[in-house]
Amino acid sequence: MSGGKPRTLFDKIWDSHVVERLPDGTCILYIDRHLVHEVTSPQAFEGLRMARRQVRRPDATIAVADHNVPTSDRSQGIAEEESRIQVETLEKNVADFGVPYFPVADDRQGIVHIIGPEQGISLPGMTIVCGDSHTSTHGAMGALAFGIGTSEVEHVLATQTLLQKPAKNMRITVNGTMPFGTSAKDMVLAIIGRIGTAGGTGHVIEYAGEAVRALDMAGRMTVCNMSIEGGARAGLIAPDQTTFDYIKGRPYAPQGEDFDRAVAWWRTLPADPGAHYDTEIALDAAQIAPMVSWGTSPEDVLPITAAVPDPAELEDETRRAQVQRMLDYMGLQPRQKLTEVKVDVVFVGSCTNGRIEDLRAVASVAKGRKVAEGVRALVVPGSGIVKKQAEAEGIDRILLEAGFEWREPGCSMCLGMNPDKLTPGQRSASTSNRNFEGRQGPGGRTHLVSPAMAAAAAITGRLADVRELV
Amino acid sequence: MDAFTTLTGVAAPLPMANVDTDKIIPARFLKTIKRTGLGKNLFDGLRYRPDGTENPDFVLNQEPYRKAEILIAHENFGCGSSREHAPWALLDFGIRCVIAPDFADIFHNNCFKNGILPVRLPREVCDALMEDARMGANARISIDLERQVVIRPNGEEIRFEVDPLRKHLLLNGLDDIGQTMAHAPQIDAYEAKRASERPWMPTIAVA
Repeated sequence: MSGGKPRTLFDKIWDSHVVERLPDGTCILYIDRHLVHEVTSPQAFEGLRMARRQVRRPDATIAVADHNVPTSDRSQGIAEEESRIQVETLEKNVADFGVPYFPVADDRQGIVHIIGPEQGISLPGMTIVCGDSHTSTHGAMGALAFGIGTSEVEHVLATQTLLQKPAKNMRITVNGTMPFGTSAKDMVLAIIGRIGTAGGTGHVIEYAGEAVRALDMAGRMTVCNMSIEGGARAGLIAPDQTTFDYIKGRPYAPQGEDFDRAVAWWRTLPADPGAHYDTEIALDAAQIAPMVSWGTSPEDVLPITAAVPDPAELEDETRRAQVQRMLDYMGLQPRQKLTEVKVDVVFVGSCTNGRIEDLRAVASVAKGRKVAEGVRALVVPGSGIVKKQAEAEGIDRILLEAGFEWREPGCSMCLGMNPDKLTPGQRSASTSNRNFEGRQGPGGRTHLVSPAMAAAAAITGRLADVRELV
Repeated sequence: MDAFTTLTGVAAPLPMANVDTDKIIPARFLKTIKRTGLGKNLFDGLRYRPDGTENPDFVLNQEPYRKAEILIAHENFGCGSSREHAPWALLDFGIRCVIAPDFADIFHNNCFKNGILPVRLPREVCDALMEDARMGANARISIDLERQVVIRPNGEEIRFEVDPLRKHLLLNGLDDIGQTMAHAPQIDAYEAKRASERPWMPTIAVA
């Protein structure tokens, strides 16, 4: 422990999970929760078998299939052979090693980063890992949560620990109040635009400030989710009453007196006054507008009222070539107004924006309107529970009447491992997290937006300023 | 994992920043349940044209870079997803060392777990090595991990930094799970301590 030195939230979680500090400073870090999915685990389980190792703590592990699952009718199983084999392999592995599993037909199935908080599996002060970079999502609970590779998945399965060195602390403070028509997605896109995709490399980002405190848990998850797009393996937000209210009563959360004891410990987690941050960034919420990405990196974002950059105006030669390549790929003209860019597909979903609050935001814009002709608009709830909740609220009917497709839960078009993908040259407005070349399908062109902005794009058939529709 | 001691080979110049993991291996190729066989789809979107034929402009489709064992790139190499398929694809193609000004954290970590050495060097040094690499087979670059040097074709030695524990594991091709398992008594003790300090911590079982 640190002998009275003020500590950050990250420092406290780190210190309370160090099993042993090795001579070179590397720590054996204990892992409280390990989330497993079908894409990054088969080789890890195979490694365990070859070395005749067991899963050390199946009772700290939860598995679910999300990346490959079809989001259309599932009664016939998975048609695509490789996807089916990957899900069947997960099912065999969880059975062989006794790992808890939410089957595809279970209402609790969904995107791994949606279901962890939803089920009360992800809790404040925990260390949480998963073979997926968007594990940073769970940092919204006030947990240290980060993505790992498959070798590390195997390491955690076998030892319930990881070999890690502490990260640096970065604090991003968003002061003031978010303006009308903006959301947590606009906040995090603005942050990434500010710090760049490598801005958080080597750091854990703690989000703070009035505008962050004002976010509900869904919004906090959206912000923490995209920490990795800013280069940080983890993002976190200090737990507060909003967090505790969210957790209370969830199936896998502590219950009754245990909950009260847990809250007492969670209240000790926020940073001490005077705690040191290696890097400090501040943003004014009032300056944040509805954002949209124009390039093929999440740092290439602009307010919807802006125009596409002109490479000819850029001084740096490398950057000029990079921007030109992006415009060529994206099929955009220099100085073209973003609101003039037509879209073919709208995708609402993903671990970034697949929660009930996101679907409500889409429905509030779409209600009584119609999806523009020629636009395909998909809504993919983040979990079976989200889907049921939305149906109980009538959101499915609002969206179906407007002409959206209402699908089964999964990762879907965020990365196009299942049949939901863009065809070459197709352009999407997407609530997902990455606009890399080919991310949503080979040759596909992605514009990252908030759920409300996605709805506005669906209704108008182009990138549109949602403030003009509400 | 194969040990990494020294390497001398052809280096491929890839003068791009923010080479993301979707670029290294697109998601549609992650459906395998094996670690091998991904080399043919390394950099798929850059390497092949939409009709599936090779793009002759891409460096790895040119001689002598088809046999490249070293890759030289710009900033923030390996950003994006945690997929270990990215280093697996590089390794399956034959790449054992990537040199860049900096790397995304998870990718950097994943390289070491697979016998690939990521070397961080300042941008101007990377640019000089990039020029060397453009000379193709006439300019083989060497890496000596024990001495922590990259050796240019002109004999100049460039020192690089590497984490001592990772260096040790890589030099000896060691499985770090076995190393950690030797600390099982400490892990047991931690779990006992946690159970007494945080007895409310739930366990997971699916009914």
